[in-house]
Amino acid sequence: MKRLLPRAGLAFAVAALVAWSLAPAAWQVLTALKPDRDVVRVPTVYFPHPVTFKHVASLWERKPIGVYLANSAGIAGASTFLSILLAAPAASALGRAGERRRRVLLHGLLALTVFPPILLLYPLYQGVRVLGWLNHPLALVLPYAALSLPLSIWILERGFSQIPRAVEEAAALDGLGPARRVVLIQLPLAAPSLVTAAILVFIFSWNEFMLALTFMTRDARKTITAGIASVSGSSIFEIPWGQLSAAIVIATLPLVFLVLLFEKRIASGLTRGAIKG
Amino acid sequence: MNDRSPLGGHVLPLVPALALVTLVVGLPILDVVALSFTRVDPAGGMATRWAGLQPAARLWQDSRFFGALSNTAIFTGASVVLETLLGIGFALVLDRSFRGRGLVRSVMLVPWALPTAVMALAFSWIFNDSFGVANDLLRRTGLVAASIPWLSGPRTAMAAIVLADVWKTTPFVALIVLAGLQGIPESVLEAARVDGLGPWQRFRHVVFPLLLPSIAVASLFRAAQAWGAFDIVYVMTGGGPGGSTETVSLYAYQSFFRYLDFGYGAAIAAHGTLLVAALALVTAFSRRRRGLP
Repeated sequence: MKRLLPRAGLAFAVAALVAWSLAPAAWQVLTALKPDRDVVRVPTVYFPHPVTFKHVASLWERKPIGVYLANSAGIAGASTFLSILLAAPAASALGRAGERRRRVLLHGLLALTVFPPILLLYPLYQGVRVLGWLNHPLALVLPYAALSLPLSIWILERGFSQIPRAVEEAAALDGLGPARRVVLIQLPLAAPSLVTAAILVFIFSWNEFMLALTFMTRDARKTITAGIASVSGSSIFEIPWGQLSAAIVIATLPLVFLVLLFEKRIASGLTRGAIKG
Repeated sequence: MNDRSPLGGHVLPLVPALALVTLVVGLPILDVVALSFTRVDPAGGMATRWAGLQPAARLWQDSRFFGALSNTAIFTGASVVLETLLGIGFALVLDRSFRGRGLVRSVMLVPWALPTAVMALAFSWIFNDSFGVANDLLRRTGLVAASIPWLSGPRTAMAAIVLADVWKTTPFVALIVLAGLQGIPESVLEAARVDGLGPWQRFRHVVFPLLLPSIAVASLFRAAQAWGAFDIVYVMTGGGPGGSTETVSLYAYQSFFRYLDFGYGAAIAAHGTLLVAALALVTAFSRRRRGLP
């Protein structure tokens, strides 16, 4: 598709694309670094002068940001581990299943992902309460792992299916059982798919809001997404925008790094489910 | 365990994954459907009692439910159309080769990866009535004379929410369309060029028809997701002003956790998503059988 856009328009289009993609997040960075009086000045002052880190410091005193971040990292990390742990054997088995059964199962799993989460929320809430898991990390880890399983299985199944049959057969001849073949042969050879699935599950778990908002009621248990985004309603007037912007930057920065580092993996994972139907 | 036995080798490794999905997704969906036939008994310690079709009857006379349905439809329609158009544009740009394309692709993907709820907060700052940068830019460029109270007017609030959603989800559409675009063989385009088709005609008559499957997949996925919208509305407007941006998910959420009307919340969720999806599927199939697009 080279040369569908004229050369002259291309530079402008690229610049517009970059500005559009970065501006809303960049605006939070600028706001977070501005002195209070400039945050609420009309007409708007665009660049922070002098640059201040006061908002970041007072936010850290007011809200347990470090605790939120640790909760998010722990919950997203555990969900990722569990999702891959369950997806790997399933994907490996699907690769060896017959073509029809493989397609039915893969599409059935994919269909489950389009149900809106509001359908699950109240029954899950009841389950969590019965188990006494309100404010317990497992209340989020299990749903996050389950909700991301279809995507993990799709991605890993693709990765496993690209391993040459001969490698598998040689391993079998050498006396490796199915479980050890997954661990010793398939997982190392499918490492790129593994990374892809892990990043996507991690991002999904870090970003999830509805369940985190509902199941984590104590401040010390909240994830960073729910902890920051639930600062709305009346409390939005209590916390100045400089600090809120600092909070937004802190919650999004880890993901910006993930994207910049792993763009290729993320892109291949996202298109995997949609294109290779 | 013998690898070749159909039970041992093929099914057993699937069991843990399927069990967890059944427990967390399958059973709750059945449960919420069952719950939608019940009502809460405030006199009996908030126990749920079988109420048959009574909640459904109440629901389909509830103007707030119709409002939520229409808000959800407007939100879904507007954001899916806009992000599909913009996503195709992004894909066309990223399909060209230019210096720094890899970095631009990463930058394009950033909005997709950021938490919707947190960026919704960022957009409420951008669309702030008094100090928001959206108003400042509009005033400076002379497009408006006075500040627009974005989130306190019904139409402007919906527009702001749609814009925030388009920002967040366009990369997804762009990626899928881009993959479709890169699957078109160069020879096909070369042939069109030899036939003397200009750039627009090449897009309209050669590229676009070949892209349709990718566009259809991307926008169907997006439509299903947009219909369940919760985070962005909860944070930006809480459904306001005056319920003008309340979606089905948000109304159900309020019924569950604010009004503690669990059976009714379940009815809103089940009718507002499952029934609507079923109706959409039936309509699509019957139109197709009659040969309509």
